Amino acid sequence: MKLRTLQPLYPLRRWLIMGLFLCGMLVLSSRAVYLQLLNNDFLKEHGDARSIRVVEIPAHRGVIVDRNGEQLAMSTPVDSIWVTPRKVFEDVERLPELAKVMGMTVKDLHEILRDRISREFIYLKRHANPDLVEEVQGLGIRGVSTQREYKRYYPAAEVTSHIIGFTNIDDQGQEGLELAYDNWLSGKPGKKRVLKDRLNRIVENIESIESSEPGKELTLSIDRRVQYLAYRELAAAVKYHQARGGSLVMLNIRTGEIMAMVGQPSYNPNNRQSLKSHFYRNRAVTDVFEPGSTMKPFTITAGLESGIYKPHSAINTSPGYLKVGDHTIRDARNYGKIDVSTVITKSSNVGASKIALSLEPEQYWDVLSSFGFGQPTGSGFPGESSGALSPFNTWSDVEMATMSFGYGLSVTPLQLAQAYSVLATGGVMLPVSFIKVNGSVSGKRVIPESIARQVRKMLETVVSSKGTGKRAAIRGYRVIGKTGTVHKSVRGGYSDDRYLSLFAGIAPASEPRFAMVVLIDEPRGDHHYGGIVAAPVFSRVMEGTFRILNIPPDDLPAFTSPIMANSYKPDQLQGFD
Amino acid sequence: MIARHETRRLFVELQALERTRDELNEEWGRLQLEQSTWAINDRIEAFARTKLGMKMPERSSVVLLAK
Repeated sequence: MKLRTLQPLYPLRRWLIMGLFLCGMLVLSSRAVYLQLLNNDFLKEHGDARSIRVVEIPAHRGVIVDRNGEQLAMSTPVDSIWVTPRKVFEDVERLPELAKVMGMTVKDLHEILRDRISREFIYLKRHANPDLVEEVQGLGIRGVSTQREYKRYYPAAEVTSHIIGFTNIDDQGQEGLELAYDNWLSGKPGKKRVLKDRLNRIVENIESIESSEPGKELTLSIDRRVQYLAYRELAAAVKYHQARGGSLVMLNIRTGEIMAMVGQPSYNPNNRQSLKSHFYRNRAVTDVFEPGSTMKPFTITAGLESGIYKPHSAINTSPGYLKVGDHTIRDARNYGKIDVSTVITKSSNVGASKIALSLEPEQYWDVLSSFGFGQPTGSGFPGESSGALSPFNTWSDVEMATMSFGYGLSVTPLQLAQAYSVLATGGVMLPVSFIKVNGSVSGKRVIPESIARQVRKMLETVVSSKGTGKRAAIRGYRVIGKTGTVHKSVRGGYSDDRYLSLFAGIAPASEPRFAMVVLIDEPRGDHHYGGIVAAPVFSRVMEGTFRILNIPPDDLPAFTSPIMANSYKPDQLQGFD
Repeated sequence: MIARHETRRLFVELQALERTRDELNEEWGRLQLEQSTWAINDRIEAFARTKLGMKMPERSSVVLLAK
């Protein structure tokens, strides 16, 4: 009753309270208008900035395969562990757990994080193994995240490492074809917008900004089987002869493709922590040497092309040495009066010098440079050397004479192989290629076909029982080639006891398919002659290649004669032309 | 608003499918690798020589068929 009587008595107070509420409501609604309508964009922007992130979609680097589609380099997904130090310290009592899993001491980890406290993102471990990643993720410690990356893996390891090269930890090409074709292989990483929560986990994918483009596949010209074979044989020879190193290049005559290219010493690109950079060098492309006697076929070619010489023109090499200026050029012994073919068979320095000296320097230079000496092969391999062929107007007689048997100019193994393949194609120079060639290739004619054929015929005598290269013979196939034993140049002249052993050749002779150069650097065993050290490698690799690729034999008598089948002698390889 | 929702939904689906595709690609790569590792010539040669007792034919036992 009392209340009832009191109720109507304070209208003023009632209006006051109502007024206050009204004021409150006005303040709130005007604030709401301010936030929702007037200041909307600014606030939305800030909201998004706190939760919406643009993240990169990593692109898959293209695989590298051999000519038959066998994988030689591929990217496998791995995870990297990264942290935001500030956030880890918010939960500092869990640090020991993390340190234990990572195999670090707590002190070290603490130090690493403290020194980088202001950073938002530091890698704790890149390309971690999957077990570790799982363990770390299992801990669920704040501020520790993983990120998907790709790691390059090379199944053929040291067998292809000199050609392919490798990528760095960010999957960018560093050496070899990985570097040369980096743009082709590397994809374009995409971008997407995502919604993240406070712990940096992706809550929702919102939209794609740029889709990622995976890298393209690269098909090389090499055949993995031949490459393996070449690697095995070269490595065995280098080891047997206790050599410093070696290279081998094999070219496909018809296309100019590189079938195999190996070097010693090699390295494993999957694990290269303790390696020095000189192991990375692809010697077959970057290192030059003086070609020695393997140069003679080109001197003979120049002689034949000048018209001064025919294959049976006589050259007097008596008395086994030749004085040019104050320099004396020597043969192993006095061969007397021999024809041009025999200059090759016996590898006569005096004969080659006499041929070169009878030519105009410009004429000789033209022939040599048309074989590619002194010019890059255009293979596009990083760090390719173009060798050295000095301009003809600087040549003295001594230089011309020594050049005729391969001293005073330098070439790479690849250049020499290309020069031999010019003889094999019948005088047409094809561009060399590391990439598989589809369809036919057009080359440039550099010498007449008849001369190429004549020189090939002379070279066949080298791989006969009378020649220096008889160990390059392959039963059932006719082989042509030239041996070389080169004194290495050292400071102040040429070394007496350091050699390069060489063999350069073509097979099968009747219808050439492959040219190969084998170089063994400083054999320190009992032998150093190219015909003994390098020629057997040629024979074994070429024979294996014929078997792998089913190349029919072209020396049928070696098979069908019952006498030959029982007691095979290399000299019976010749004379079936 | 509906269109936006639909875009997001489809994008999420696309992402999931892409992930599946990547995983399958990776597995395919791994299997290819495994296959090529087992099929290395040296291994097959050693296997043929030791376990199967195969050898290169003698010179006298090669018969050539001429066309």
